[in-house]
Amino acid sequence: MSAGTTLAPDEQRLGAGAPIQDTKSDKIALACIYTALGLFCLAVLYPIVYVLSASVSNTKLVSAGEVWLWPVGFTLDAYKAIFDYKSIVTGFGNSVFYAVVGAVVATVLTLLAAYPLSRKGLPGKGIIMAAFVFTMMFSGGLIPTYLVVHELGLLNTRWAMILPTALAVWNVIITRTYFMVTIPEELVEAGKVDGCSDFGFFWRVVLPLSKPIIAVNLLFYAVGSWNSFFNALIYLTNEHLFPLQVILRQILLQTKVDPSQMADTSKLAQMQELQQQLKYSLIVIGMIPPLLVYPFVQKHFVKGAMIGSLKG
Amino acid sequence: MRSAGHKRTRVAKSRVGLGLRMRRNWQLYAMLALPLIWLAIFAYWPMYGVIIAFKDYNVVSGIWGSPWAGMKYFDRFVESYQFWRLIKNTVYLHVYELVATFPLPIILALCLNTVRKKWFSRTTQLITYAPHFISTVVVVGLLVVLTSPNTGVTNKLIGLFGFGPTDVMGDSGMFRHLFVWSGAWQTMGFAAIIYLAALTSVPPELHEAAIVDGASRLRRMWHIDLPAIVPVAVILLILDIGRILSVGFEKVLLMQNSLNLDVAEVIDTYVYKIGLASSVPQFSYATAIGLFRSVIGLVLLVLANTFARRFAKSSLW
Repeated sequence: MSAGTTLAPDEQRLGAGAPIQDTKSDKIALACIYTALGLFCLAVLYPIVYVLSASVSNTKLVSAGEVWLWPVGFTLDAYKAIFDYKSIVTGFGNSVFYAVVGAVVATVLTLLAAYPLSRKGLPGKGIIMAAFVFTMMFSGGLIPTYLVVHELGLLNTRWAMILPTALAVWNVIITRTYFMVTIPEELVEAGKVDGCSDFGFFWRVVLPLSKPIIAVNLLFYAVGSWNSFFNALIYLTNEHLFPLQVILRQILLQTKVDPSQMADTSKLAQMQELQQQLKYSLIVIGMIPPLLVYPFVQKHFVKGAMIGSLKG
Repeated sequence: MRSAGHKRTRVAKSRVGLGLRMRRNWQLYAMLALPLIWLAIFAYWPMYGVIIAFKDYNVVSGIWGSPWAGMKYFDRFVESYQFWRLIKNTVYLHVYELVATFPLPIILALCLNTVRKKWFSRTTQLITYAPHFISTVVVVGLLVVLTSPNTGVTNKLIGLFGFGPTDVMGDSGMFRHLFVWSGAWQTMGFAAIIYLAALTSVPPELHEAAIVDGASRLRRMWHIDLPAIVPVAVILLILDIGRILSVGFEKVLLMQNSLNLDVAEVIDTYVYKIGLASSVPQFSYATAIGLFRSVIGLVLLVLANTFARRFAKSSLW
């Protein structure tokens, strides 16, 4: 970088040895970039902060438009209302179950698919890979998939929320690329010389080296499952199995508040108010779990994207 | 048998017969078994099920037992009064989305790449990734809450300028804008990751040489950084073109209401409604429409790829 110092004539240097100074136009450009990025961050944050504030503010003041950014008339009533509403509590529990079990099942399947496909010289590898990739470009569609789930007898079971989405080809590709980059062929050869079977090598060498990609897979599958609502919409009719997102949709978007779901019927009169209160706290409850998790895995998926883009 | 093969050289291995090589790798195939069973059941079985588009499917006779119907359902769809409306809504929405939001992550990545303060770039990334992890239901919920005619912030804001409150979610003229820009809000930061990754492959010498030649920061962004991400951008564009008839369907469904349905009904939501949500589900008709959509998507993908390979020298295959 410092090579430019001697050659740039309009350089306003502070002194010899100082790093290269930006020209005036560069400074303006940089200032604009910083400002634009800063404004974009604010635009991303504002709705999130607003809803957080509204959820802990006095409902009447929220309705009156008193809340702009920070909470007004702090209260946790909206969160207490959630615990009075049975289907939200069961929905939350169901969502946690689907996310955890779904993520584990899907990650195991992804690793099992990605490792053999990352190995050099496995006969038939090309065909198997093509079979996976083709499903990204063409699928049977909504109705035929529904009929398969129906035929398997999975409708209205917890499995319907886990099995049909148990593998994402995109994750298989990323994981496979990760294996190809981090597990060199020499290591595989060395394992063979030491008399290690493929199972043993996968278990004792590959998996311990793959913690980052395992974390990324778990995160993506868990968040995907937590956030999905459509599968529940088509595969489930039993309300006890509904995940949180379906309950959110009913209350937020279809404005259905079912009085029978309330533990304390004396609150019936306040249904209208409850509806208002629930809105903000529900958004927060539905939004927060993934937001709490992803920063811990961020550096892994950024690295994963880098490896993927270098190779693919 | 296995131990005999271990110490052979790689050259010798390639001469080993296919059958023997497959037997030696049986454990790898065993690992693939579960994923392949999953693939067969949940990806390829539905593809077989697509033939009900050419049949008068009924649950009792099953897929194979139902009588053939030929192209009846495709003809019915193409001739229906819904046809052009659905095509127009779907294409409009996706093309608008593509044109408006495709360049945004590129610009974001270029800007982030220029930023020299590590903490600033890292914080910006942390914040802008966040919406990607928020569910569609919650994003639409946010839209509803923020634009609510009674309590929403946007209406209070325009109220300050003397305008009366409007129900934006129920305004069919606003549907596409809301859909596209809330989508930009949600996906832009995360979509920039892949471009940022591509930018790390730019050799620093290029920038140093350009500085020596007196190139300004913006010029370097344009002439050095941008060309480095064009190949990735072309590939993502091809994929997007292949999806032209399948816009973010969950979100469309969630944003629909009786007031905006004339612009918000797209092919996929229509398939859902006549196929599963209706009291008299028309499985064959819905499958035919879905198949029509998938085939056109596949054709567009192939076309875009051929075009890109010829002119941009970057392609999927």
